[in-house]
Amino acid sequence: MTQPQPYSIFSLGDAALTIDLGSAITEASNRKVLAMYDWLQQHAFDGLNDIVPAYSSLTVVYDPVAVRRSYHPEATVSAWVKERLEQAYGQSGDGQPENGTVIHIPVCYDPSTGMDLAAIAKQKKKTLEEIIQLHTSVHYRVYMIGFLPGFPYLAEVDPRLATPRKARPVPVPPGSVGIAGPQTGIYTFASPGGWNIIGRTPLKLFDPGSPGVVKLKAGDTVRFYSITLDEFNEREQVGSVVMW
Amino acid sequence: MSLSIIKPGLLDTIQDMGRYGYAAAGVNPGGAADRYAASVANMLVGNETTEAVIEMHFPGPHILFEQNTLISITGGDFFPMLNDEALPMWQPVIVRKNTVLHFPHLSEGTRCYLAIHGGFCLEKWLDSYSTNLKAGVGGFHGRRLEKGDELSFKESMFYFPALMVEGKDFRPLNWRADTHNTYRHRHELFFIEGNEYNLLTDSSARDFGQNNYLVHPSSDRMGYHIKGEPLHLKEKTEPVSSAVSFGTIQLLPEGQLIVLMADHQTTGGYPRIGHVITAHLPKLAQLRPSDCIQFKKISIEKAEELLFARQQELVILQRACHDHLNQLLC
Repeated sequence: MTQPQPYSIFSLGDAALTIDLGSAITEASNRKVLAMYDWLQQHAFDGLNDIVPAYSSLTVVYDPVAVRRSYHPEATVSAWVKERLEQAYGQSGDGQPENGTVIHIPVCYDPSTGMDLAAIAKQKKKTLEEIIQLHTSVHYRVYMIGFLPGFPYLAEVDPRLATPRKARPVPVPPGSVGIAGPQTGIYTFASPGGWNIIGRTPLKLFDPGSPGVVKLKAGDTVRFYSITLDEFNEREQVGSVVMW
Repeated sequence: MSLSIIKPGLLDTIQDMGRYGYAAAGVNPGGAADRYAASVANMLVGNETTEAVIEMHFPGPHILFEQNTLISITGGDFFPMLNDEALPMWQPVIVRKNTVLHFPHLSEGTRCYLAIHGGFCLEKWLDSYSTNLKAGVGGFHGRRLEKGDELSFKESMFYFPALMVEGKDFRPLNWRADTHNTYRHRHELFFIEGNEYNLLTDSSARDFGQNNYLVHPSSDRMGYHIKGEPLHLKEKTEPVSSAVSFGTIQLLPEGQLIVLMADHQTTGGYPRIGHVITAHLPKLAQLRPSDCIQFKKISIEKAEELLFARQQELVILQRACHDHLNQLLC
């Protein structure tokens, strides 16, 4: 009797391949994704252009011409890369436990900085303070960075706060903190956005001049804390970049 | 040596073959929308294909050459003219100092590329010259080109003075690229099935492979909005966010399609029903609003075959251009 596969591998066309650990968002599968990411970085192959870790999947972006030139696969390049992903899965272990460092992010929770804050409070039949309490009392895992440079996908919000994303995206100012389903995240740039915006951070989470370029990465732990509108305006003007 | 922008076009940006290695930070690859045209533009003037080019949309810019320059123009046909004479495309051309390149008329395509011999003198950001408009970094100060911008060249000498003809504003060199394979059947795009393709209802799967689709005017460097008979899945699904590609065909909740383009975000959460093959991305990049297209499913084997055949053509072209230029320089 065969075991059900713990993963599936599928192509994103002829130049990218994804290994998918399933549709559930769990810390264990995310840790495994990051373990495979590290393993592939250490065992890179010619033609490997990029590795994209997500919630519970990992995608390798490759140049089929370069792979073929170096390795002369018998069948397709895609099949050859699939074997590399299977190797990554088998040899990468379960991944690292989090190192315990918590990154604290200041957020101004105010109707003027969170366009959907009042509506959510009303819908959940809670006061603004209760909403703030629910958002700031959780240690969130950063599951992935995507959508915009530095945009962190954090989970899971308190179930009493979870709200489906909006039917239509609207313009969202940079630093906006939003909720979509069980996720919370931070728009690092002004962007059209469908997440429910409950506040805004003055922190710049993307810095093109710094070595890592982005401040948060998958696997980090984040907590939010509340600041006043005055504090927000002061720090926003200074353009503060947080020093960890 | 340099050129300057006398009048900006709709969207002129510095691009190269893309910025790879930073998707985990949410930095998308970007790069030239039609990488074939951008590569050939560089090859024709003897450059490595990794040099920066100017990608232009119609209406195009007015560009002043400050010195005699060896250039090439490829991609969409915007009827390039130098002062009041038509310039050949897909061919290296020496242009005279103080002439103005402009594009009075859209004949075909959506993106046009300008390469100059030796490449532009620009700083890379994260190993690439491509412009990331969202982040405002890369390329020329992270933005589109504007009036008065001056772009310096890496080359400080002009190697071909003997070739200029007295009284003529330009001199084409006698080799050109044959591109008819690349853009053949402009409106037929091959795709490889995506992970959610099997969730299409039987009739939708059939429709996807045979219906006509219309490119919507709201299309841009991030994606093409494609209008047609709505497609349906057997069951509603919202995949967890995961990586997407240039050419990924996403199915939106109302049944319409988006085909992701060069400035696509690193990840997405819509069902992926297909991915346009790499060999057809140049055709994809030259589609215009109101173009009517069809999608056709093929295997990975076939997609790779087409890609390797294309690569062979390019290798031969690059060697030929290299040899021709070397002969001229001797």
